[in-house]
Formats: sequence, structure tokens, C-alpha cells
Amino acid sequence: MLIAAILTLAVGTYTMRLSGVMLRDRLELSDSLQRLLPMAAASLLAALATTAALMEGAGFAGIARPAGVAVGALLAWRKAPFVVVVLAAAGTAALLRLAGIN
Amino acid sequence: MSTPKRTPDRALLRDAVAIAAAMIAVGASFGAIAIAYGLPTWVPFLMSTAVFAGGAQFLAVGLIAAGNPLAAVFAGLLLNARHLPFGLAVSETVGPRLRDRLIGSHLMTDEVVAFTLAEKDPARRRRTYWLIGITLFTSWNLGTALGVWLGGATGDPAALGLDAAFPAGLIALILPSLRDRDTRLVALTGAAIAVALTPVLPAGLPVLCALLGLLTVVRPRRGNPATSDQTAEHHTKTEEAPC
Repeated sequence: MLIAAILTLAVGTYTMRLSGVMLRDRLELSDSLQRLLPMAAASLLAALATTAALMEGAGFAGIARPAGVAVGALLAWRKAPFVVVVLAAAGTAALLRLAGIN
Repeated sequence: MSTPKRTPDRALLRDAVAIAAAMIAVGASFGAIAIAYGLPTWVPFLMSTAVFAGGAQFLAVGLIAAGNPLAAVFAGLLLNARHLPFGLAVSETVGPRLRDRLIGSHLMTDEVVAFTLAEKDPARRRRTYWLIGITLFTSWNLGTALGVWLGGATGDPAALGLDAAFPAGLIALILPSLRDRDTRLVALTGAAIAVALTPVLPAGLPVLCALLGLLTVVRPRRGNPATSDQTAEHHTKTEEAPC
């Protein structure tokens, strides 16, 4: 049962990944629709980042995580290197937690 | 752009190392959590190689440990449904060859898509996709093995602030594409919809609903298409449909 569940999840996930890649040729996409594809991806990623930054399950994630993400986002906006963004976000959240702010 | 090849590639390698280190840490916590739940050792290994989707894996081990493997499958698939639109968006980058598509599709993750879309040049996009994809697959599995090996000793990625690192990294990667006004409008609307719906919808669906943000730039097509100009674009905003 356990192995069947994991394999179903694996095959299903792979199918979704592959079908997007394979379907692209079969779909006759208009220019405006083609322009929307990267926007759709950006929107999904933005939604993923925002929900991951703000929410934990169905509720608010607390202070430390959004604060860390905000510091990272600010640095990214100021064109800091990727490594710096990631480390600053993690460091801020970790330090806030160390200080008892969650 | 005619920037010399060495510098940007070195920057890409540096970014790859940074994200690999984070992946090892999160992968280790995944492995450790799976073992702490009392699941057999092969479970985290099989998941990290065959499923290879961090969020879905965490969700699935939680539900499996709670005795609900069916829910684990459904929730995991729902969470991963975003890969279909991702696939449409990166299809050209993965390339036309069947072998590349079969292997490249398995390497598709949020981070790979974000890294890829941040590149403009098709050749660099392609290199980025494969470099980051292979790096992430390797480091994720290495991390999983480390976590299983260390047992429940490691654990909380929150103590290291890793839960903040990933959203921040994603934001850094999508920021350049947000310079385009339409993309920014779509992405911000989508993100707002997803956050608003997170308390009421099952995991995975709110993020998919972010696609509704596209409605802000899709206009009903009527009359002469040649008359549509940039300035008139945002006067007709489509209503957001209920999800």
C-alpha cells in the first residue's frame, strides 16, 4: 500500500511535468497566448513565494519568517547577489527566533 | 547582450552552490522527519528520487504517517499540478529531443523554472535549466541520505531560517520578470488571490488559483486588433472569477 501510494504520486507528478513539455508542440498557440505562458509561470512562482512567506498551513506564519523574507526581498530589489539574499533571509529569521521572536 | 561568458557563468555556478547547500539542509530535514515518523528507510529515498518535489514530499510523509496514504497521493498531486503550466512555459528550453524531454521533465522544480525564466538568452536558459536541475536533484538526494543517516538528530529547518530562505530566493529570481508591467500586474494579483484563498482551500489549489491573475491582462477580443494600443490596455480590467 505504502509503495503503491508513493509510486502513484511519483508517476502522477512526472506525468504532469512531462505533459506540459510535450503538449506545447501540439497546441497551436496564438502569439498573445504564448506571451501569457511566462506570465502564468511568474504568477505561480509569485504565489508560491508569497504563500510560503506568509502562511503556515491555513494560518499566518508568524513574524520571523515574513521578516526574513522581507529582508531578502529588499536586498534582491537592491540587486544583491542571490547568495546574499538567501543567507540574509535565513539569518534574519534564525536570529529573530533565537531572540525568542517567532 | 555581449557580456563575456566567464563572469555570468561563474555567477551561475555560485548561485547553484548556494541553492545546493540549502537543498542539502532541507533534504536532510526531510529524511530525518520521515524516519522520525517511523517510516521505513526506503520511503524517503524512493520519494526523493522518484517524486522529487520538496513540498509534496513533506506533505505526503505527514499524511502517510497519519495513516492516510490516499490523501497523501491526492494532496501531493494537487500540490504538483502547477508543473503542467510550468512544463508549457519551459518546453522550448528543455529542447525538442525526446530523450532530453523525458529526463528534463523529471528535473522540473519551482527553483529550476524560476532560475530558467530569469535568463533571457535561449542558450543560457538551456544551460541554466540543466545545471540547476541536476544540481538540485543531486543535492536533494544527498540531503535526504544525510537526514536518514543522522536519524532524528537534525530536524528543524526553521531553526536555521531555511523556511525564509526559499521564498526569498524565489522572489530574487522572479524580480527581473516583474519589471514588465503586465507580468507584474498578473503576478501580484495572482499572489494576492493565493494568499487570500490559502485559509479556505486545500494545499495546492490556492497557488493554482494564482493563474486567475492572468485575467487582469486578458481582454475580450473584438473589433480591429490593430487598434489596441498600449495605453488603452489597462482600462478594461476583467472581473476576477470565483475559484
